[in-house]
Amino acid sequence: MTALLVVLGFVLIALVLGIRARRGRDMDLEQWTVGGRGFGSAFVFLLMAGEIYTTFTFLGGSGWAYGKGGPAFYILCYGSIAFTASYWLLPAIWRFAKRRGLHSQSDFFAAKFDSPLLGALVALVGVAALVPYLVLQLKGLGIIVSEVSGQAIPYAWAIILGTLVLAVYVTVSGVHGSAWTSVLKDGLILVVVLALGIYLPWHYFGGIAPMFRAVEAAKPGFLTLPDSGMSPTWFVSTVLLSAMGFYMWPHSFTAAYTARDERVFRRNAIVLPLYQLILLFVFFVGFTAVLVVPGLKGSDGDLSLLRITTKTFDPWFVGVVGGAGVLTALVPGSLILMSSATMLAKNLYRVVRPATSEARTGLLAKALVPVVALIALYFTFNGGDTIVSLLLMGYSLVTQLFPALLLSLAKRRLVTTSGAACGILAGVAVVAVLTLTGVTVGGLAPGLPQPVKDLNVGVVALLVNLLVLGAVTLATRRKEAVRGLPPEPVAAR
Amino acid sequence: MRLRYLAGAIPAVGMLGGIFFANRSEPVVLGLPFILFWLVTWVVLTSVVMAVTYWSDNE
Repeated sequence: MTALLVVLGFVLIALVLGIRARRGRDMDLEQWTVGGRGFGSAFVFLLMAGEIYTTFTFLGGSGWAYGKGGPAFYILCYGSIAFTASYWLLPAIWRFAKRRGLHSQSDFFAAKFDSPLLGALVALVGVAALVPYLVLQLKGLGIIVSEVSGQAIPYAWAIILGTLVLAVYVTVSGVHGSAWTSVLKDGLILVVVLALGIYLPWHYFGGIAPMFRAVEAAKPGFLTLPDSGMSPTWFVSTVLLSAMGFYMWPHSFTAAYTARDERVFRRNAIVLPLYQLILLFVFFVGFTAVLVVPGLKGSDGDLSLLRITTKTFDPWFVGVVGGAGVLTALVPGSLILMSSATMLAKNLYRVVRPATSEARTGLLAKALVPVVALIALYFTFNGGDTIVSLLLMGYSLVTQLFPALLLSLAKRRLVTTSGAACGILAGVAVVAVLTLTGVTVGGLAPGLPQPVKDLNVGVVALLVNLLVLGAVTLATRRKEAVRGLPPEPVAAR
Repeated sequence: MRLRYLAGAIPAVGMLGGIFFANRSEPVVLGLPFILFWLVTWVVLTSVVMAVTYWSDNE
């Protein structure tokens, strides 16, 4: 009961912080979605870092260390490659978005390619990827609250309560609420993860090195990558694909619009890789749990952090850990909810009704927040295994936007609107087929050498995307030039 | 400018290119199995490279 009260206390603080964040501001679309483009390094850092510490890393990072061992280390790597790319990528995106007054990721594609229909396609891909991601956050929230409360609050009620809190403060405060809640979240998560990651190995094994030695002795080879399956080639391809997709998530992409100036991104590119090292301590918890709470099979491995915490600590500290876990669901969840609602209002509804004013679009986006929340709630309770497939598709789906985005940033037009649209459609179709059929590269071509068969299957979708993009661009280059889409002048970017 | 692009690619190439020979748990360095020590080293070097890039680029 003590743990539950502590968790509810943190949820209440998050709600109050989120609602108070709107004070003194007229929440028009500009303020609600991009904070008036006035955030400094600290807030942009926290919004970007919010993507490092979601329930996926809090529960999934320790769960993967517990269940899969060495392959979990990929979670540590893709962020630092994405942060390096952000030094050049995000300032270019920010400059264009500021000049054109953009509010969503699909706005960017619509403006860059002068095609509202391409914007609508990107919005559909984005929402299709975001809903399962939101479902993941809600499921994680439900697991955390029901586990730390000893099932005193049922899983379903925990999810409904969390969704209600999310919908209220997103509707009221938009990105300002997310930014202020992330201050609380990151402060708490730092304390909790460091405390658990240092204390647990020392408590049970006398240190981090003895803990690793004990794990290696009990499960030889567990700490490295296997020769086949999740092998080094799987590792490299998965890290690269995840790095490409990192900023393609609509909510991460839009978080870049909130910056006050472009140097914010360059400064953050220095600090964010180091900040990611906190994930090491999440791994330490998972590896410690391997020998302390053995026997968790399959997806139950995600419970390893909570199980070892409840076994080791007093209820009040279990509550603090649970509170940190709940916040890792609320902050990314709020950004996901806001991005989805904005894209639906601005890039789908407004394509159908172009005369809709900016003020009305803003009102519609806020009205769509509870609608998207209800859709996510429906899939949380009724999605079954399908949602797991959709979630695996999420990262692969948003990665399909990367080639068109990257080529659109070149100094002259390298890709036509038709090329970009067909490339995205082809990539998305391949992702859907491969994910739903569960085919691997080895399954597609059994005769290939083992290292090639181990490649992440997302590579296939990206290659198809690039081939179609290139072929259609070559075929439509003249036609689009005739239509009045000449190579974009440098002054316009 | 090209030199900075090249510098930015160094950590990724080092981290991922080296994983093929760093994929072992021994020796233990700073308490970490070798593969994890290797990856952590490159994450830290990423920050160093980005700091140098920043200061040589940014009144």
